[in-house]
Amino acid sequence: MSTLEQMYQQVILDHAKHPVGRGLVDVASVAGHLAGESHQVNPTCGDEVTLRVDVTPEGSVAGVSWEGQGCSISQASVSVMTSLVEGADLAEVARLDGLFHDLMSSRGKGLGDDDAEDALGDATAFTGVSQYPARIKCALLGWAALKDSLARSGALATS
Amino acid sequence: MTTATVRPGDPALQPAETGSLSTTELAAVRADFPLLERTVRGGQPLVYLDSAATAQKPQVVLDTEVDFYEQRNAAVHRGAHQLAEEATEAFEQARAAVAAFVGADEGEIVWQPGATAAINVVAYAFSNATLGRGGEAAARFRLAPGDEIVVTEAEHHANLVPWQELCARTGAVLRWIPVGDDGRLDLSNLDEVVTERTKVLAFGHVSNVTGAIAPVATLVAAAKRVGALTVLDACQSVPNLPVDLHALGVDFAAFSGHKMLGPTGVGALYGRRELLEAMPPTVTGGSMVEVVTMETTTYAPPPQRFEAGTQMVAQAVGMGCAAQYLGELGMAGVARHETELAAEMLKIADIPGVRVIGPLDTADRLAVVSFVVDGVHAHDVGQVLDDKGIAVRVGHHCAQPLHRRFGVAATARASASVYTTVEEVVAFREALAGVRAFFGVE
Ligand SMILES: Cc1ncc(COP(=O)(O)O)c(C=O)c1O
Repeated sequence: MSTLEQMYQQVILDHAKHPVGRGLVDVASVAGHLAGESHQVNPTCGDEVTLRVDVTPEGSVAGVSWEGQGCSISQASVSVMTSLVEGADLAEVARLDGLFHDLMSSRGKGLGDDDAEDALGDATAFTGVSQYPARIKCALLGWAALKDSLARSGALATS
Repeated sequence: MTTATVRPGDPALQPAETGSLSTTELAAVRADFPLLERTVRGGQPLVYLDSAATAQKPQVVLDTEVDFYEQRNAAVHRGAHQLAEEATEAFEQARAAVAAFVGADEGEIVWQPGATAAINVVAYAFSNATLGRGGEAAARFRLAPGDEIVVTEAEHHANLVPWQELCARTGAVLRWIPVGDDGRLDLSNLDEVVTERTKVLAFGHVSNVTGAIAPVATLVAAAKRVGALTVLDACQSVPNLPVDLHALGVDFAAFSGHKMLGPTGVGALYGRRELLEAMPPTVTGGSMVEVVTMETTTYAPPPQRFEAGTQMVAQAVGMGCAAQYLGELGMAGVARHETELAAEMLKIADIPGVRVIGPLDTADRLAVVSFVVDGVHAHDVGQVLDDKGIAVRVGHHCAQPLHRRFGVAATARASASVYTTVEEVVAFREALAGVRAFFGVE
């Protein structure tokens, strides 16, 4: 596989074409739930994502919805992230966020840790992206929006 | 509607005996640029189509800069030793070379770190004058609420944001000339935009997105009719077209060394002499003064008045060398070479799914071609081209309003310089033709 094909894995192309969680869902009215929204922009290329998170009273992710535009890497990454974190508790979300950032710093080598890669699931398909410094920020855009929307929801303070 | 520059695409400018650069000339030019020999992405030849962002440098420019450090390095305009004399001479000769290259007098070229800095000098001079600095002499730089500054929708942020900020500081109002669907300025309401209230008309000579050449003569005439000062962003024209600032009749102009085969960290502000004389300084400190007491300071005449602090001497000397290099190549030939390349680039419009943002004909445009590919984001387009060693720029190219005008967040952009070949453009077209298939887009 060429480095280009390593970057544009089929999983990524599929998620870019058929994204999970796209289309903002109104969550403000669910009793006891905390909701947060974040808008993130990548100023160098204009990619953007608006992401909403819905957190249960027990502190797990009830749902993520988002709207965005940008390259296939940024859009697929939000999509993969959405399927990965749905149902996860906030500690698990923080762990996944840390693992994904580690993966993005791996310069194409991956995490070298089966448990960690299992936890990331489809998100390990982004290993190839970490060989292209200019594209790492594309893959991280959605994760930044998730972290920020969780902070805005107030859920991090209570968990 | 004519501009005083030679315009590519103008048949009158293409007599048989002075065609574009010949194949041998072009090969000789390429041999001057060491970076063009390197390979990228697994040993492929580099196809550098990002010269509008920054151009590669000929060996002579690099050598000149090194030679300055090896043989002449000293502080300029001070010190009585031989090295200081030689450094000063090199610095001022470079100024003369740049001035001659753009049809200006030596005293009308102010060294600046780049075009962005140069435009800011003019914008801040207006606000300083508005605060009363510069006294009566600077009266024509004073702004009052209700005064208007006019730009165009095609501007690079460098020729937009400083004017927005100036308006915010002074209460002046920003207006703009719109861009038409063809990517050219829409002058149909020019008289309603440029009016008696207009104090500044700032516009780009050549768009760094569409490649369109602005009708300078028409715009300068409109400004003159109402007594407005003109500021020309000449970043993209000076490297690629013959530019004669006196003939164009603009009041100010800005351009960067790094886009015209020179070093980074240096550029030039051109101002008509009488205006520079009347203009208050913006950045202040050493080297730009006459008499300093604890209470007050008198300022040196231009250009030194606008060159505070230790200057980027080696880079300025390099920029002078670049101007000379281009001058010796002959800018009329360079412009014709660009026209040929533009014609080759524009053939991408025939590739299914490719849409060019900007003029589709080669008249009044340069070889700067921005485009979108249906169903594939510009970043992804750029990545596939890069995989074949082809360097293009992706994003909004520091012109978000222009991209918004065309309803796109980002484009990919191919741009040429003196060393670009038709073969490179053909390689680019062929690679581009495969992009949609790579992403499985029909
Ligand atoms: C049209 C135009 N204006 C202004 C600039 C700013 O030049 P610099 O970044 O060298 O100051 C550029 C280059 O990016 C440009 O293309």
